[in-house]
Amino acid sequence: MTAPPASGSVTEPRRAARVAVDERIVEIVSDSGEGAQKAGQTFGTVCAKLGNGVWTVEIIPAEIKPPARSRAGASGIRVRFANRPVTNRGERAHLAVAFNEQVLYGRIANGAYGPGTVVLLESKWADDEQEEIRTQYRDAVADFRAHGLEVVELPLEAACLEVIPDPRVGKNMFVVGMLCEIFGRDLDKALDEVRAVLGRKGPEVVRLNQELVRRGWAFAERHVPFAWDVAAQAALEPQLVMNGNQALGLGILAAGIEVVAMYPITPATSVSHYLGRALPAAGGFLHQAEDEIAAIGFAIGASWAGKTACTITSGPGLALKTEFIGFATMAEIPLVIINVQRGGPSTGLPTKVEQGDLLAALYGQPGDTPKVVIAPATIEECFHMVVLARRLAEEFRTPVMVLTDANLATGVSAFPRPKIDAAWLAPEPDRSAWPEGVAPYDWDAETGLSARPIPGQRGGEYVVTGLAHTRKAKVAYDPESNQEGCDMRSRKLAALGRTLVPPVPHGAASGDLLAVGWGSTEGAIEEAVDQLRAEGLAVASLHLRFLSPMEPGLAEIFARFRKVMTIEINYSDDPQAPLVDPRHRRRAQLAMLLREHTLVDVDCWSTVRGQPYGPGEIAEVLRRNLVAPPAASKRGAA
Amino acid sequence: MFGLPSEWSLDVPERYFTLENYDGGVARWCPGCGDFAMLSAVQRICRDAQVPPEKLAMVSGIGCSSRFPHYMHAYGFHGLHGRALPVACGIKSRRPDLDVWVATGDGDCCSIGAGHWLHASRYNMDMVVMVFDNSVYGLTKKQTSPTTPLGFSTNTHPAGAFLPPLDVAATTLGFPNVSFVARTVDWNPVHLYQTLVTAHAHRGTSFVHILQRCPTYSADIFDEWRKDPDRILLLHHEEGVPADDGVRRTYKNQRLHDPRDLAAARALATPGEQLAIGLLYRNPEAPRLDEISVRGLGTARERRLALIEREIDRFAL
Repeated sequence: MTAPPASGSVTEPRRAARVAVDERIVEIVSDSGEGAQKAGQTFGTVCAKLGNGVWTVEIIPAEIKPPARSRAGASGIRVRFANRPVTNRGERAHLAVAFNEQVLYGRIANGAYGPGTVVLLESKWADDEQEEIRTQYRDAVADFRAHGLEVVELPLEAACLEVIPDPRVGKNMFVVGMLCEIFGRDLDKALDEVRAVLGRKGPEVVRLNQELVRRGWAFAERHVPFAWDVAAQAALEPQLVMNGNQALGLGILAAGIEVVAMYPITPATSVSHYLGRALPAAGGFLHQAEDEIAAIGFAIGASWAGKTACTITSGPGLALKTEFIGFATMAEIPLVIINVQRGGPSTGLPTKVEQGDLLAALYGQPGDTPKVVIAPATIEECFHMVVLARRLAEEFRTPVMVLTDANLATGVSAFPRPKIDAAWLAPEPDRSAWPEGVAPYDWDAETGLSARPIPGQRGGEYVVTGLAHTRKAKVAYDPESNQEGCDMRSRKLAALGRTLVPPVPHGAASGDLLAVGWGSTEGAIEEAVDQLRAEGLAVASLHLRFLSPMEPGLAEIFARFRKVMTIEINYSDDPQAPLVDPRHRRRAQLAMLLREHTLVDVDCWSTVRGQPYGPGEIAEVLRRNLVAPPAASKRGAA
Repeated sequence: MFGLPSEWSLDVPERYFTLENYDGGVARWCPGCGDFAMLSAVQRICRDAQVPPEKLAMVSGIGCSSRFPHYMHAYGFHGLHGRALPVACGIKSRRPDLDVWVATGDGDCCSIGAGHWLHASRYNMDMVVMVFDNSVYGLTKKQTSPTTPLGFSTNTHPAGAFLPPLDVAATTLGFPNVSFVARTVDWNPVHLYQTLVTAHAHRGTSFVHILQRCPTYSADIFDEWRKDPDRILLLHHEEGVPADDGVRRTYKNQRLHDPRDLAAARALATPGEQLAIGLLYRNPEAPRLDEISVRGLGTARERRLALIEREIDRFAL
């Protein structure tokens, strides 16, 4: 395909008929700061409003301002939309819009594009005044075509210059117009969305950007030789659209949590960006503490003296909070701890996804520190699980950790608008007198549960301490007291576990292979299972939301499958690696827990590449693990 | 009542608190420990101010002085080493009705918790922070602390501490938004009491640097001041710590010091030939984070639900 010359003297390309498809994956990639993410979000919202299932995921470079035209500096967004609900990023993109050719290299290396991917590429670099850039551009286009990409070179900036003097800050909306035309979206819907997004910047900004959308539309009509249609059906219920971190923030409001204390850490920080405005607006207080330790200390102080508070962090911050988490467990102070996991160990991959904190969440503190750990699988659950966490923290007088990850944090999707229940809000702290003769840790002998006195309650005065203590909160070093305290705190998990119902496998209740996951991978795993089942393979999946206590009935479910394996985004030794055999293999974290919990020989597949899984690669893994019956596979999964 | 005008009737309090109401049981500090003086002073202040015990929040970290909450009848928070201040700030953030006191030591506050020391000063939330400075780690048996004098022998530095000590009051006076710094000594219970009364009356974070003898590990460490009262400089001012006749007779070396004068306070704070005691600095106008953190408190449930619905509307398609 050849680039059309600058607009005006363009020959009309032959436009193929609009093709109806079930889904499309579109990426907009650019240097940082060119508005690609805003464009993708705007286009995704237009699709969601029409009734498409939509999942958007940001493509984030690790640096704030990486050098221009750098291969690792790709910034942008992926929008996957379909004629059905979408729960994950999918596999290869069908269409990419790129503002320079260099950023495409990083995406190709990630497997985001391959043969057949259509690339709408900014062509101005072909005529750049620097020969080096002209050469880079020519070489890259040749590389991409050799790789099977269909490159369409287009003078995007030149077309924008007809409307605005600096196309760097306007061509994103031009691209929105192009995409709306290519996918036959309603132009008025796109113009409305521009007004909604940019309205507060004033009528002139809205007018200019709407003009850019119109120009992009007209440009695509003339110069883009493809057009698709993805059928949409407007949802019956009202929908909300947001990312996982916004859902956590909204969940905090809906739980009636009034104090959130945090310290900036990627990728958790955007929760506090949202709450910085929204929490005071709803009558609460966001405290940006001097460090991670102070943040949890502040939250614990606020919780102890009143309503359950919350602290938000990511892996390195979780490590720093360890001592206080142990304290809150020991002293039985309700607390919601949100951990938006990122790649580790250490500073690791700050902007990338990993599920590497599961064992740290359960066992990260010295001594026995039983606490509740739950993991939302979807953006919608990020909202609801905070509400749940607050209630569990109160009722079980314990810290509750909510584990999400960078994939949920930056993924955007629609879900039904929750009907806020007044009972979700934390009750006002009890100000009545504390009943006479009731100890501050009046442990129920069976469940370990007890009510907590709150400062201000007359007659309830006690000293909370991290030292071993009796029911009366008196420091005690005798053997019986510490044993009893540990028994009672542990018993609470058994009590909660008894109230849970067994999870239901997806696909089938029995078969050859069961894939077990937790957290953000649910959508991709289930899509993979659906694919394989459509091929007639006896595969199913199971997704866990309670990690501590563990959901009941797992051993019984596992017994109905010939093989059970976990799919996780954390480290495990490749069973084919040198020196590794089943006796010398370090397994993925959930697999370790499940092996202990069920005594089933649970296998695992996991990677730490900082990427969310697509359904295609999971399907490949499951297929490989189906081929050899487990009894014959000496070396386990591959 | 009985035909008397209502303003004539006596307002008899429903409850009256005596010292026993604040007694949390037998304190288990070493005999002769300076901490006993602080405990009885605080109990007296609570009695004099008639603070209901359930409205007291006594917060501490770890160390000998941090046992303080256990010996008060009150709500107490005996937390983690170095972390009393963040907890106290969290408690105060949504409970303006609670009377918050922090008991911390030279190791707890100035070493492991030093970061919080600076920031709690900035936050300036309403509480009294008593820094019990015995110049040594006591609970872990005589290690060097940041306030251990140069050359003082400890178990970690048997040949003597390598470096000159930091001074709690002088360092606190260098912190941003500091609003109250006073110094007193455990061996003059009258001045100690009056200093803590002044601190308790201040709205904001009141740091009180208390020189406190450890009978086991640093019994003689303050002898230069204790045995020669003329080397103590008693600060006085109408806005300062009121000193009664007894205190004035003991400490004849006196100076009129305006507690609003930060530069003069800094010049006076570092001990040299003299040790200044009394109110070094007070700024009642310093901004307080607890005046911001309480906003929205008590928002009615219906209003709260309406605000949440409005937030949800922002994400509606």
